[in-house]
Amino acid sequence: MEVLLSRIQFAMTVGFHFLFPPISIGLAWILITFETLGWRRNSELYIQLGKFFGKLLALTFVMGVATGIVMEFQFGTNWAEYSKFVGDIFGAPLAAEGVFAFFLESGFLGLYLFGRNKVSKGVHWFSALMVAVGSTISAFWIIIANSWMQTPAGYVIRNGRAELTSFAEAAFNPSTVIRFLHTVDAALITAAFIVAGISAYLILKKRQTEMMKKSLKIAVIVGFVASVLELFPLGHMHLVQVAETQPAKFATIEGITETSDNVPLLAFGIPDSETRDVNFRIEIPGGINWLLSKDGEVQGMNEFKDGDLPPFGLAFIPFHLMVYLGSVFIILMLVSVFLIKSEKLYKTDWLLKILIGSAPLPLLTNQLGWITAEVGRQPWIVYNVMRTKDAISTNVSTGEIIFSIVMFGIIYILLFGAYLYFLLKQIKQGPEEIIKEV
Amino acid sequence: MELGTLQIIWFFLYGVLIAGYAILDGFDLGVGVLHLFAKSEEERRININAIGPVWDGNEVWLLTAGGALFAAFPPVYATVFSGFYLALMLVLLALIFRAVSMEFRGQIESSKWRPVWDLAFGLGSLLPAILFGVVVGNLLRGIPLDENGIFTGTFFGLLNPFSLLIGILSLVMFVKHGAIYMVLKTDGELKDRMKNIASKAWTVFVVLFILATIYAFFEAPYLFEGMLSNALFWLFFILLIGSIIATPALLLKENEWKPFVSSSITIAALIGVAAVGMFPKLVPAIGDMSRSLTITNSSSTVPTLSAMLIIALIGMPIVIGYTIFIYRIFWGKVEITEESY
Repeated sequence: MEVLLSRIQFAMTVGFHFLFPPISIGLAWILITFETLGWRRNSELYIQLGKFFGKLLALTFVMGVATGIVMEFQFGTNWAEYSKFVGDIFGAPLAAEGVFAFFLESGFLGLYLFGRNKVSKGVHWFSALMVAVGSTISAFWIIIANSWMQTPAGYVIRNGRAELTSFAEAAFNPSTVIRFLHTVDAALITAAFIVAGISAYLILKKRQTEMMKKSLKIAVIVGFVASVLELFPLGHMHLVQVAETQPAKFATIEGITETSDNVPLLAFGIPDSETRDVNFRIEIPGGINWLLSKDGEVQGMNEFKDGDLPPFGLAFIPFHLMVYLGSVFIILMLVSVFLIKSEKLYKTDWLLKILIGSAPLPLLTNQLGWITAEVGRQPWIVYNVMRTKDAISTNVSTGEIIFSIVMFGIIYILLFGAYLYFLLKQIKQGPEEIIKEV
Repeated sequence: MELGTLQIIWFFLYGVLIAGYAILDGFDLGVGVLHLFAKSEEERRININAIGPVWDGNEVWLLTAGGALFAAFPPVYATVFSGFYLALMLVLLALIFRAVSMEFRGQIESSKWRPVWDLAFGLGSLLPAILFGVVVGNLLRGIPLDENGIFTGTFFGLLNPFSLLIGILSLVMFVKHGAIYMVLKTDGELKDRMKNIASKAWTVFVVLFILATIYAFFEAPYLFEGMLSNALFWLFFILLIGSIIATPALLLKENEWKPFVSSSITIAALIGVAAVGMFPKLVPAIGDMSRSLTITNSSSTVPTLSAMLIIALIGMPIVIGYTIFIYRIFWGKVEITEESY
């Protein structure tokens, strides 16, 4: 019971937290584009774009900070046995994230937001760059920590705990680099869709059209490039890595029932979690072997004991939805980019409306991708090393966990409501508010 | 480097992180508590903008201290955080509301909306200021641990008179520190008021500090063992007493940053004195001191402590460098501009 409750609490708090950092990371890089153009070309339009989207970044960033503190505490509060077992390895990246990333992004965000008139243009530009760099480094360290749970390396089990033998091997374990690239690229997609959606909305409302055309153009270009890269090569490479290092996860998310040297790729299917079978299959014969460029056998779920496999539906469905949505993103952005030159992008109302409607979708794919990664790792908290059920705090009562779930549940619903309200309010106010103030 | 040396270094560095957090976020918390008693909208805006550009960087010290504790002394992190479960959940609740209150407050100009977030900001600062002290009080006094080092007490057991006294001491110390910070940030009548609050808080702080020291002598006598022959104790003790005496005298003079430095030294030295008393224990076990978590039975391995040391030696000078750079830019009195909250 406590295991389930602690898992619910962790999933809820990290899931909520993970809405915000991808927006901040991606938006920071798009902002630095605006700020660079504004500074070098001395263009008032780009400077105002910077101010307008900078306000959205400030709001989003504070949500990330507020919900992020919880994560730093939670390993100790709810997962004390895990903390003791892996502390020798897992704590260092969290501390490094503080030292190398959080100080940088929070310090320079303050300067970026409040210092525009106090420092030179160059220093102000540099502060924006440091926000982008800092938030990206933060992703790097936290993904090191998470990747070590997926593909542990550079350690030995001694004295009843995992002890570090090589910092470099632990940090650059087999999944770190690809998962980092996959995640940061997802952050770019997230922000690109949000900037595109907001710009499309203001163009449709015929407000600040000239300025919004510029941001829409940049957003769809970034969105297109990042969406393509996310599928190939990044998504593909990540999948190959999972197949090599986490075969049980791979078999589950792809719905491979039987080991074979000619495994079909499931383009569609309805998983049956009880029987671990897939109904209504649409398959591409030999597709998995082709994807992995592998002639030999690929392990199916039949290779593993039931207790060593992740839940089927909860891993299979999010993975497939993520891939479907990712493919839609590419098509949508391809069409948008194609219409830039003829300026039709700015006049095609239905496309603008689709861009508005799809603005929040990458937030959904982020969640789906995260669920795929973490559910796919089950029943292990550290893959093949420590089981999730052995990881929780032994002295925390059911009542205490329920209290905290309810507490976070209520706070997060309130915060999310407020965040959405202010976000929409700032968008509706538009950049006019900023121009007026100048 | 040898394990023993690294353990001592990390005990020291951990103290530095705690002191860094207490000095920097300490004034944020203090300003937040003072905010509850602000008299006008202008004063409230000044409060928020006085810490607006820097609070969030200051809070990173807490995150880094959390991460460093996890990395350097994992069983301590696990025991303290799971043992103090409800207390820390309340801290989290408070810190979440404090963080968003400053951003949300300015979003709507309404006489009904703003007081709600002013209250959230104030209570979100008051609660951690007390609870951090309560946690420290319990750690000084010792907490009940079983033979595996697992906390066996209860939430209400944490609210013992000694720890509550330390909680109030910590609150008063941060209020004093916050008021002294506001002296740097304000002018005229408001500045005079802040000076006045600072000296009153100073008086209460001195009384509580003496009380707490006497109480500790009976409640946690181990803290005082061998103290008089310890050179480090005398160093911190002299800094502590010297800075406590100097603060009100400096407040009477024109120079504004000297009282702030003095107040910061008080905080660091107080943590120093406590750390000297606790060393090498990190979590004393009340009743049976042999169950205590110490730097020797609770540390990470040589590779981890070395890697962390390298991270700290490369990272922290850079952090301190740009933190000073940023503080210098926002130096001086608060000016309300278009970018302000």
